[in-house]
Amino acid sequence: MSDKPKGKLAVYWAASCGGCDISTLAIDEKILNVAEAFDIVLWPCAADGKVRDIEKMDDQSIDVCLFNGGIRTSEQEYMAQLLRRKSKVLVAFGSCACEGCIPGLGNMDTRKQVFDTVYKEGSATVPENPQDVRPQPETEVPEGTLHLPVYYDTLKTLDQTVAVDYYLPGCPPEAENIWKAIVAIVEGKLPPAGSVLGVNTTVCDECKRTRTEKKIKKFYRTWEIIPDEETCLLEQGILCCGIATRAGCGALCPQVNSPCIGCHGANDGVTDFGARMMSALASVIDSDDPEEIAQIIEDGIPDPVGSFYRFSLAASLLRRKKKVST
Amino acid sequence: MKRISIDPITRLEGHGKIDIFLDEQGDVANAYLQIPELRGFEQFCVGRQAEDMPNLTARICGVCPEAHHMAASKALDAVFHVEPPPTGKKLRELFYNIFFATDHTTHFYALAGPDFVVGPTAPPAERNILGVIAKVGMDVAKHVLKMRHDGHALIQMMGGRRVHPNWGLPGGVSRGINEEQRKEIEDRGREAIEFAKFSLKLFEDIVLKNSDYLNIVTGDVYVHKTYNMGMVDAENKSNFYDGKVRVTSPSGAEHAKYDCAQYRDFIAERVEPWSYLKFPYLKKIGWKGFVDGEDSGVYKATPLSRCNAADGMATPLADAEYKKMYETLGGKPINHTLVTHWARLVELLYSTERWVELATDPEITGKEYRVLPTETPTEGVGCVEAPRGTLTHHYTTDERGILTKVNLIVGTTNNNAPICMSVKKAAQGLIHKGKVSEGLLNMVEMAFRAYDPCFGCATHSLPGQMPLEVVLHDPEGGVIERLAQYV
Repeated sequence: MSDKPKGKLAVYWAASCGGCDISTLAIDEKILNVAEAFDIVLWPCAADGKVRDIEKMDDQSIDVCLFNGGIRTSEQEYMAQLLRRKSKVLVAFGSCACEGCIPGLGNMDTRKQVFDTVYKEGSATVPENPQDVRPQPETEVPEGTLHLPVYYDTLKTLDQTVAVDYYLPGCPPEAENIWKAIVAIVEGKLPPAGSVLGVNTTVCDECKRTRTEKKIKKFYRTWEIIPDEETCLLEQGILCCGIATRAGCGALCPQVNSPCIGCHGANDGVTDFGARMMSALASVIDSDDPEEIAQIIEDGIPDPVGSFYRFSLAASLLRRKKKVST
Repeated sequence: MKRISIDPITRLEGHGKIDIFLDEQGDVANAYLQIPELRGFEQFCVGRQAEDMPNLTARICGVCPEAHHMAASKALDAVFHVEPPPTGKKLRELFYNIFFATDHTTHFYALAGPDFVVGPTAPPAERNILGVIAKVGMDVAKHVLKMRHDGHALIQMMGGRRVHPNWGLPGGVSRGINEEQRKEIEDRGREAIEFAKFSLKLFEDIVLKNSDYLNIVTGDVYVHKTYNMGMVDAENKSNFYDGKVRVTSPSGAEHAKYDCAQYRDFIAERVEPWSYLKFPYLKKIGWKGFVDGEDSGVYKATPLSRCNAADGMATPLADAEYKKMYETLGGKPINHTLVTHWARLVELLYSTERWVELATDPEITGKEYRVLPTETPTEGVGCVEAPRGTLTHHYTTDERGILTKVNLIVGTTNNNAPICMSVKKAAQGLIHKGKVSEGLLNMVEMAFRAYDPCFGCATHSLPGQMPLEVVLHDPEGGVIERLAQYV
């Protein structure tokens, strides 16, 4: 890839599913080129390297850190701070690090609500828990003390935790885009700091479906309609997020007759994906009557948070549901 | 009390951590496997549209999103009271077996391969995928990469994306396949069968014909006489996509056989304060702690468990290999955890045979791949066999199909208690009088790897090494000894 001396690369996962790592491995044999260009100092899923060794490194001695996952526990927060300090370039890698992704929907609840649901006696499969046992940061067992990281009320994105240099969107980023980003890093052809490593068009621009004028009288849930395979899904009344979502995937989901669910987030200049999506939809609803518009939305989109902020709640202007003190 | 910490061991939901405590004599008093993360899907999915679940729950695991996608789709069939048409059902099962074959291949070669192909006693520096390549040759390595690549390409072709498909719906799938696509799937499937046969032959040549390896596989340190769980068809043959959940006892007797909708009558979960991950057990037997035997509700849900819980495989080549496995090792059930690797290859062969069966089914290119639900949504359970264990999704909705309750029992979670027990047993077998054997690290690794725990996307790792570090502390916290490999 380059004749330059080997750089140092770290890859880390926080509150994520591992899909970003799998997508990275899906660059197939090109992963060997990565190993040629970089010493991989940390990659829990694929290579050696211990946190303790990272702690001992000089600040700024890692050339690039690809950080996936959001921040929900004290341990993840520590790792974000550590890797920021040690890395020259920190990339928010994938939807979780960029905007919280699906785990960010956890910001509709608090730790107590999550624990109540998961561990409480009377949950579907916890039959007896009379002492109301919950995981604790510290537990005394007969042999000693066991520790768990603290679980926070709110999931934060990477740049709400530490300064981020670049963003690579997608849940997960497609392997082709990961490769492009790696090449840009190795060749030193990076855009200005703070940029998203991607194009600035929408999924609609990449979608091959036929579009005419959008006039919607009714939104359909995906189970209510078998859509035509050639026509724009939004025109058929299906809530397709392509209209507000950054391109780069090649409009993969519409190719299998499923709507875009917005995993690449918004384009540059948009601070709130959900607001952008809602304003885009407002312009295609075929009515001038505010009451009728409200009814069309109420009938067809019963879960606005899950529909408009599926991937971006943690990064939205509201960030989370207001906590009610009890 | 001395303590040995192993951290990190990579992930389930996050990574895992092991603490091993030694008593005053320096023998193992106890071992704890802690899972330090929770993302709370069961809570934040409440309030969402039920039809979002195949996409939302895929994000539980980027290694096996297809398993969650399918369990969710099946749960939605039940919630919406709709049965997918034959083509829809067959497409799902085809997709699912392609995924299974891809996943099992990666596990065997990248993770288990180094132990068996290169050898459990080979120097750590050689016990990795590069060592496997050196032993079996670059041609085989190319085959492995091709299997992985082709599997992912077909998954994207059918389901939309390589990771996190967007395809399953209540009543079927969002799009079918045409003849050109079917032919591609069939061609790749026929290659996959040959690859699976080759893999079994490789296992026979390298492991079974080597008495040292065979002794490790059948040695006592990896034996756990627990209950076994797996999904079976009407003839009690193993099935990954559909059927009844069957549980057999440590001696092989049928303990239960139930529709997945009844899972709450058979499975309960224990909460421990020192792990975010619950510990499922058999409800009718009860929780007796981290122990095996007929009286303990601990069960395993792994490839070997599925073989133990079934009466055979539903395809001819795999069934012959199934019989051979039991004949070689002295009958059913097999309680040696390391035999899980062999069972995984038997399943690999089954999944490739089933892949071709379904790809050549006359209905597979049919246009009736989904039906629209007409009834009011209520409640439903969906189960599949994930590569790492029986996966259960249970949803309740309001009349608009908005989720009001969600319960999930994830593949590896079934094995939470047995993995803890395997770690403890491996440690007990090797640590005596405070002396930590040099072999401990690899033996603990091997105990883990058999379960293919989704602690590791290590599963899909490239060079396939699990970095481990064991630190022996004195009672004041000072470091007595530090052992490490791949670190």
